[in-house]
Amino acid sequence: MVQTEAFVMLSAVLFVMGTLGVLVRRNAILVFMSVELMLNAANLSFVAFAKHWQNLDGHLFVFFVMTVAAAEVAVGLALIVTIFRSKQSIDIDELHQMEG
Amino acid sequence: MAQIVPLIILIPALGAFINTFWGSRLEERQSALVGIFASTGAFIVALLLFFNLMGNNYQEAVINPFFFDSWIRIPSAGVEIPWQMRVDTLSVTMMLVITGVGSLIHVYAMGYMHGDPRFSRFFTYLNMFLAFMLILVTGNNFLMLFVGWEGVGLSSYLLIGFWFDKAHGEGYRNANAARKAFIANRVGDFGLLMAIFLIFWTFGTLDFYKAAEVVNTHALTGAAASQNAGHGDEHGSDASHGAEDSHSTTEDGHASIIVLTGASLQETHGEATDAHGSESASEHGETDAHGASPDAPVYLNNDHIPTELLGVFGKAERMLAENATVQFGPFSLGIGAVITLITLFMLLGATGKSAQIPLFIWLPDAMAGPTPVSALIHAATMVTAGVYMMVRSNVLFHASDTTSFIVAIIGATTALMAGYIALGQWDIKKVLAYSTVSQLGFMVAAVGFQAYVPAMFHLVTHAFFKALLFLGSGSVIHGMEHGHHHMHDHHKNEAHHDGHEHDEHAIVEHDAFDPQDMRYMGGLARRMPLTYLTYLIGTLALAGIFPFAGFWSKDEILADAFLKGVEDGGLVGAGAFIALGMLLIAAGFTAFYMWRQMELVFYGDHRHDAAAHAPESAPSMILPLLVLAFFSLTIGFMNTPSGIGLAWIAGGAHRFADWIIVSVQHAHVGVFLPLLALVALSVGIGAILLARSIYGGGKAYVDGTDALQKTVFAPGFQLSSARLYWDEIYFALFITPFIRASKFFGITLDWNWWHDGFHHALRDLFNGFGRILARPIESGIIDATVLGVGRLATWVSSRMRRIQTGYVRTYAVVLLSGAILVIIALLIPLFQNGG
Repeated sequence: MVQTEAFVMLSAVLFVMGTLGVLVRRNAILVFMSVELMLNAANLSFVAFAKHWQNLDGHLFVFFVMTVAAAEVAVGLALIVTIFRSKQSIDIDELHQMEG
Repeated sequence: MAQIVPLIILIPALGAFINTFWGSRLEERQSALVGIFASTGAFIVALLLFFNLMGNNYQEAVINPFFFDSWIRIPSAGVEIPWQMRVDTLSVTMMLVITGVGSLIHVYAMGYMHGDPRFSRFFTYLNMFLAFMLILVTGNNFLMLFVGWEGVGLSSYLLIGFWFDKAHGEGYRNANAARKAFIANRVGDFGLLMAIFLIFWTFGTLDFYKAAEVVNTHALTGAAASQNAGHGDEHGSDASHGAEDSHSTTEDGHASIIVLTGASLQETHGEATDAHGSESASEHGETDAHGASPDAPVYLNNDHIPTELLGVFGKAERMLAENATVQFGPFSLGIGAVITLITLFMLLGATGKSAQIPLFIWLPDAMAGPTPVSALIHAATMVTAGVYMMVRSNVLFHASDTTSFIVAIIGATTALMAGYIALGQWDIKKVLAYSTVSQLGFMVAAVGFQAYVPAMFHLVTHAFFKALLFLGSGSVIHGMEHGHHHMHDHHKNEAHHDGHEHDEHAIVEHDAFDPQDMRYMGGLARRMPLTYLTYLIGTLALAGIFPFAGFWSKDEILADAFLKGVEDGGLVGAGAFIALGMLLIAAGFTAFYMWRQMELVFYGDHRHDAAAHAPESAPSMILPLLVLAFFSLTIGFMNTPSGIGLAWIAGGAHRFADWIIVSVQHAHVGVFLPLLALVALSVGIGAILLARSIYGGGKAYVDGTDALQKTVFAPGFQLSSARLYWDEIYFALFITPFIRASKFFGITLDWNWWHDGFHHALRDLFNGFGRILARPIESGIIDATVLGVGRLATWVSSRMRRIQTGYVRTYAVVLLSGAILVIIALLIPLFQNGG
């Protein structure tokens, strides 16, 4: 069998890669992709522990997460389309009008 | 009878009241008639009282007027001062003189003040003066005397300054004279007030004599002897007041009591318990001292009256007999010393009111008032108030030899000094003013020799001939003023405006003509014959020429001075002789300056056109002159000495002395020393002849110099004319330092230091304090604190604002780090526990 630790480590690696992607990327779509990566890493972790503890709660939660991810992407992409219509660009570094 | 006594005050008061409120609406004639009727009404009352006294053997009466229940009453302090009026020979004498001469002067004033814009006010003041003077003389206690004293001082002030609104600055002169009179009198009033305080402290009462007291035992004994006394005791039906029979029974054969029949002397008892005889009646508003029943027993001395119920003089005699001491807090003084102190203070009061040294200076200046005022107040009546007071207090003065000596010296010195000053005066009224001071000195000196009858006699005679002289001088002044107007009419053909005002001409330039200056007069005997004649009579009376009034009265004073010098040895006797000498010289001066005045005014030739055109005065002014001249001729005969054959004129020798003695305990009938009288007469006649030789024949005043200035006496004349520099000395001694002191207090102390210095210091302190509060505290601390909070918030926010970069990635980093911190915080317990 594959050990649960391997799945958790994989989840962690994926999560970190997603985090770095969120922090580093300038393209908004790529940020979303990184956020999806983070969510999927969390999903993997849920499933791995569900298998480990032989509990279906983990699987259930993955359903919720996926639903939320999908909704969030829809909203996010709507936002990006709107921003692109006004700024002709999706570079997030250009969105700093609400600064102090 | 008793009811009419208060009228003597009420009638003049009513006259003053009417003239005050309705005087402006009345015509001149009506206003004057109100005043004259008031004055003559009072005179009629005085006459009735006089005849009453003549009829009942001079028995005095004490009246409580119906309108006063009790005047001052403080039971807890033992103060009981009733408004009681005293009708005895002394007060009736004063009443007659005041109202008699006063009425004549009212008539005179009607003519003199004609045309004055404040005519009715003048009569108001005159009547007010009468009312107060009558209060003064009818009072039975010292407080009423003081009320009248102050009141006549006020009236004098108002009347002297009556022309306060005269043009060309003369109004100020009159107002200053009035103020000077009031202030000089005030100094005297201090003396009298101190005397009253001492009297009250010492004797506990201010009444002269309570109703039951016998005043003069000797007079009554003499009267009893001259009547048909010698009966045993006869208990008449008890007198009108209840059960005093028991008392008269026990007095069987008492040596001091003689019962008189046929005499209307009242029985009185001094029991404290029963309602005191006359006082019970007096509580019901009247006293009848003229006995109800002719058989009433009579007391001839006060031995039966306990000391507490006596008046001031009775108590004084008792205390002197017992040699009592008076306590003043921790100090005590013998009664003799206390009485000396009291009489010295009274003397101070008398020097103020009766114009003696040192307070006489107001009287010459008081001539600024209208002539009727000078005649009434400053010759006949007000100035005699001091003499009256001293005669009334004869018991006290008799008890104090020290004071009597001082009084005599002051009186004689004043007489001499004033007589000397009168020699050099140019103003016709100033001569008379100083003459008044001099004659008052005679009266005061007489009191000093304890010659009370001559003092009163001289008071009465002097009132008549001095009033005559003043009214005569007023007539002369009026004539000169008229002549002045007519002169301008003649010379300039100006429209004759109603020229009775006393202002200077408004039409012509203000020339230096003074209608009172004798240097402009001369030859008026031809122009004003009646005035001249009456003035001559007054002059001779004043100079003491036989048989005019002044001769008799002046000689009695000189005789008493001589006798005092003979009786008392040592210092007192020497003082009396010195005083006699001074009085003789003063008498000489009197005759001299009066004849000088005659020469300057009436004889010779006129020295100014005004005198050439002076007309005789109106009948309303001449008539009083004639009446007064008649009295100046005849009044002396009421007190002729016994031994010379003139007693038939008045129906008896020394009638006046007998009359006065009843009320004045230590008076005695005057003695007549023919040799001394001859000396005085020759001094007088000699002085007149000397004056005639120097001033007569038209050389009275030539080339601007008085005739006396051409003789060897020129420096003496100069000094006299300068009035012995009394005013200048007073100014240097008192007034200038006083003004300087008040300026110091007012300007330096109050304004400069207190106001500018202290107040400004306060203000600066306040401002400084305010500034401290404003800047460092308000701005520095409070504002900084309050604003600082805001600035802190702003600064913090400006720093904190930088968190809001606007970059999404920044927010993401922060979010991540926060999450990591939370995870670590959650994991810490795990590491602590197990590792």
